[in-house]
Amino acid sequence: MATVTAPLRETTEPAASRPPEAYKKWGRESWKLRAPLLPALVFLIVVTQLPFVATLVMSFMNWSAQPDAPERSFAGLDNFKTVFTTPAYRTAVLNTIEMTVVVVGVSALLALGIALLLNHAFIGRGVVRTMMIAPFLIVPIAAAVFWGNGILMTGFGLVDGVLGQLGVPGAQDIAFLTDHPKLAIEIQLIWQWTPFMMLILLAGLQSQDPEVLEAASIDGCNGWQTFVHMTLPHVRRYLELSIVLGTIFIVQNFDSVLGMTGGLNSTNIPYAVYETFYSAKDYGVASALGVVVVIGSLIIATFALRVVSSLLEEESR
Amino acid sequence: MNTWNRQRVAKIVIPIAAWLVGIIFVIPILYMVLTSLHAPQDAQTYPPSWGAPLTLENYSGLFTSANPITPALINSVITSVISTLLVLALAIPAAYALAIKPVKKWSDAMFFFLSTKMLPMVAGILPIYLFTTQVIKMPDNVIILILLYTAMNLPIAVWMMRSFLAEVPPAIIEAASIDGASTLRILTRIVAPISMPGVAATSLICFIFAWNEQLYAKVLTSVAAQTGPVFVNTLIQTEHAYLAELAAGATLISLPVLIAGFAAQDKLVQGLSLGAVK
Repeated sequence: MATVTAPLRETTEPAASRPPEAYKKWGRESWKLRAPLLPALVFLIVVTQLPFVATLVMSFMNWSAQPDAPERSFAGLDNFKTVFTTPAYRTAVLNTIEMTVVVVGVSALLALGIALLLNHAFIGRGVVRTMMIAPFLIVPIAAAVFWGNGILMTGFGLVDGVLGQLGVPGAQDIAFLTDHPKLAIEIQLIWQWTPFMMLILLAGLQSQDPEVLEAASIDGCNGWQTFVHMTLPHVRRYLELSIVLGTIFIVQNFDSVLGMTGGLNSTNIPYAVYETFYSAKDYGVASALGVVVVIGSLIIATFALRVVSSLLEEESR
Repeated sequence: MNTWNRQRVAKIVIPIAAWLVGIIFVIPILYMVLTSLHAPQDAQTYPPSWGAPLTLENYSGLFTSANPITPALINSVITSVISTLLVLALAIPAAYALAIKPVKKWSDAMFFFLSTKMLPMVAGILPIYLFTTQVIKMPDNVIILILLYTAMNLPIAVWMMRSFLAEVPPAIIEAASIDGASTLRILTRIVAPISMPGVAATSLICFIFAWNEQLYAKVLTSVAAQTGPVFVNTLIQTEHAYLAELAAGATLISLPVLIAGFAAQDKLVQGLSLGAVK
């Protein structure tokens, strides 16, 4: 049964319901209460925040690891200028936005439709649900390389083969990966992430009170009216949650680009960072790109945090 | 259309549509498994050789070839399992402090944890690469991956565990505390039994994410510490018929995740939504 978590308890609440002596004891020992938090906090700061500070510093340096490169020096904003004026990097930024919007948008719509289907009782619902989850349980790089080599590959890929067997002329030469590399990646990502969003939405639908729906039906609401006025408002927060979580993962996608096109006309920012530092060994520019992704992510994260906290607060009323 | 008719249509249309969608989503996986069971020369033909004889030679080849998959699988198991245990060791005390005994400013701490998860992994990868290869000179080492996967999963684990631990009624703990029960006793006798399903869900999610990770593994390992996902990518050897073996490798490394995910479908939803959806 789907329900939403227990309310987030505010600090004052338990204190008010607690006997005064106990409260005093807790106050005295407040450092003891915080102590269990520290290992996790310190570990996270060291492993995730320090490297980012280093990236920030490096983004202002001329630093290349190429054998003939000049000495390291202060670069000012040159690396950022390079990021925004080099067409390849600008394209990477636009590709990231395009792929994220398309994948998250299409996945969310498909997921909502499928979740509504699976919210009905029918023969084999459990089996269909299991089949739907499966794409999300394939290791992402494994899924990407098989989509690239087994399904969309020119000639021996499944799609060309089936189109050929259906009598489509010239099917053997259809080259999805080189003609439509971004679309190919988007299709693979939609296939992998729709199940994820669908699971969250289905949990949301199943937390809806069936008596409310029954009452609406008795009062003469038709299916569409019930959906628009009852189901959609209820499911809205789950939809927002699945969209922000999906966005966080899709923006960071590296495996699909590497596994399917190797960046051919489909480089996104994570892949551009990887190429710039791993192949081109330009540490300064790679760091500047990293800083740009972080700023973009902070904007998304602001929305994400608001949605997550409102979901928790809403349900705690 | 009257209601009676509408309901009859829905009874027929909904199952058909649902089954169709399910089949469409599962076809790529079925085709991957079928390809992995075909001989290499049958696996990459135009059009596909649907009825070609089935064989397990690609799977046995993965283990017996000159460059076997075994070390990569062992590395994957080591990094995923140990990082998951480390995550639990760090996340459970933190979540306990946040859920059962809310410390001041606890929501700030929660959002700090979550915000580190939203920091893209590529943002810190270059300093980490330089640090491991040039400062501590430990390239190609699973220890580095274990620490990174622990940090990667810690925010999710704290969020999930907090939501599970928040279900422990505070009154019980206070009563036990007033009766003189020690913190250890409270933890082992009251909190642990109630939160065990949460620990299971959290472990499952952390294991899956660590097992799936490829970017850090690719950049920070070469031979000795190579993990399964990095190995699969090396199976693309276009000078000979490679697709069958690639399909076998992709299927094999996905098996643990498929089994874990199917075995705990409901926990998967809880985990993916950071414990917000039960």
